[in-house]
Amino acid sequence: MSEKLYQRDVYGKTLAELGKKNKDIVVLDADLSGSTRTVLFAREFPERFFNFGIAEQNMMAAASGIASCGKTVFVSTFAMFATGRAWDQVRNTVSYNNLDVKIVASHAGITVGPDGSSHQALEDVALMRVIPNMNIIVPCDGPQAREAIIAAAETGGPFYIRLGRPKVETIENKGEFKFGKAQVLRKGKDVSIIACGVMVEAALRASDSLCARGIEAGVINIHTIKPLDVQAVLEAARLSRGIVVCEEHTVIGGLASGVDEIVAENFPVKVMRVGIKNRFGQSGEPDELLREYGLTSDDIEKAALNSLT
Amino acid sequence: MEYTDTQVKELQEKARKIRRLIVQMLAKAGSGHPGGSLSSADLIAALYFAVLRHNPKEPLWPGRDRFHMSKGHCCPLWYAVLAESGYFTLDKLQTLRQMGSVLQGHPDRRVPGVEVASGSLGQGLSVGLGMSLAAKLDHKSYRVYVLMGDGEIQEGNIWEAAMALSHYKCDNLCGILDHNGFQIDGRTQDIMNLEPLVAKWQAFGWHTIEIDGHNIRQILSAYNEAENTKGSPSIIIAHTVKGKGVSFMENVVDFHGRAPTQEEARQALKELES
Repeated sequence: MSEKLYQRDVYGKTLAELGKKNKDIVVLDADLSGSTRTVLFAREFPERFFNFGIAEQNMMAAASGIASCGKTVFVSTFAMFATGRAWDQVRNTVSYNNLDVKIVASHAGITVGPDGSSHQALEDVALMRVIPNMNIIVPCDGPQAREAIIAAAETGGPFYIRLGRPKVETIENKGEFKFGKAQVLRKGKDVSIIACGVMVEAALRASDSLCARGIEAGVINIHTIKPLDVQAVLEAARLSRGIVVCEEHTVIGGLASGVDEIVAENFPVKVMRVGIKNRFGQSGEPDELLREYGLTSDDIEKAALNSLT
Repeated sequence: MEYTDTQVKELQEKARKIRRLIVQMLAKAGSGHPGGSLSSADLIAALYFAVLRHNPKEPLWPGRDRFHMSKGHCCPLWYAVLAESGYFTLDKLQTLRQMGSVLQGHPDRRVPGVEVASGSLGQGLSVGLGMSLAAKLDHKSYRVYVLMGDGEIQEGNIWEAAMALSHYKCDNLCGILDHNGFQIDGRTQDIMNLEPLVAKWQAFGWHTIEIDGHNIRQILSAYNEAENTKGSPSIIIAHTVKGKGVSFMENVVDFHGRAPTQEEARQALKELES
């Protein structure tokens, strides 16, 4: 078993590290710096850290103001509030102005657990994906969270980076991380399983099980949801008889929709979606919730078999 | 700072010219917002032509004072002062709201002199907060000015920003409130009462300066007072008349968001002759 890490711990440490090298990095949080781990930056560089209190709209628009003066601004809170509460500010002040504001949101998805529906952002990727200029990364594990943060710091323009609450297993041998480039972990001529975030690990387990049954199941980690790696999706569509897209997010508007749009326009194959089916979340332990909402490796396996019928 | 009668007269004349430009460009565009553009014309003309440290030939000069128009629908006023300052040529004003023009219906960052776009109300004071914090971080002495409408401050985001500006003691920021008493649907007191207005800002920790927003001397002295106020942000609460300068637009709510017809524009321009 490989190591398990909190993506948000990795985030805080990476920020502190970047802050040493780049004096123009400024970090904002809305009273959740202990949870998002921006506190690790705040301790090192208190003068470049601003707590906005529980006022996400103000924080997001202020981030634009700071960025307009030449700074690279990292803004953090829970995914629910970053994308929902402050959507208008993200659209009109951050993205429309194409500013260097990097929204790194933690506590995304159903694995938030016991806090329940109000704190489980299941629509955040969809909300960010529809906004022009916005780049989106959903890293699959701790080390990839680090790579995503560095990529966002080095690339101009607005970013949305989605992190989870619980520890996630590190996935070995993913190959090089390149912003905008999918990582083909396995190729499969029967079915291609496309996944992001915590679902990548489940996809690999589903693939093991399918391969044991004689079905060649590939796994592709699409960490960059926007811009989506069109080439990688089309290669999967051409190679495999079916595609399964897995995300810890509503099946409406996220990675699955992105894949569907590409496949439908260019090379129609059957695409099955493993994600949250137009429902709100609820309290429970992460693994209980993943089962309840159909996000386990068994669910992926079933979807893969369905994609072949 | 003392201003001579001649300087004041010149600014009054500038404001009158800005009003003429506003009427002309709106009549040409056929849509847009004259009421609030005219009510804040004296405040912004005085700011751009006597107070703001800026360089129209080098819009991104790092030491420049920042101005942000939070009530973005009054951009005809902004475009007029920018053109008159020399950021771009006056003839460009005739392209307002036309397909392909940078002079969008609400301010866009492609316009020289526009730092950050606006239009969705209630966000500009936060943008100014960001600029103010950046100035402090870089130990720069530039000041930040944010123009707001009175209807606009019904947005909750304004008060989030008000609280934060006070918390961070942003004395390099001066808010300008164009208090003309009207919003699209009617009088602010009927739609959503703002009173006690001055007490609200004071309760949030702001230094308040109440003036007649059409009196150039009072406007100049208010900017001066704001600059000399240390430890807290200042807000100029300027009592103004919506549609000021054009008799048939004054206090007429219809002209919040309706452009004058060609005939109305002719009449308005006649009234705005010096």
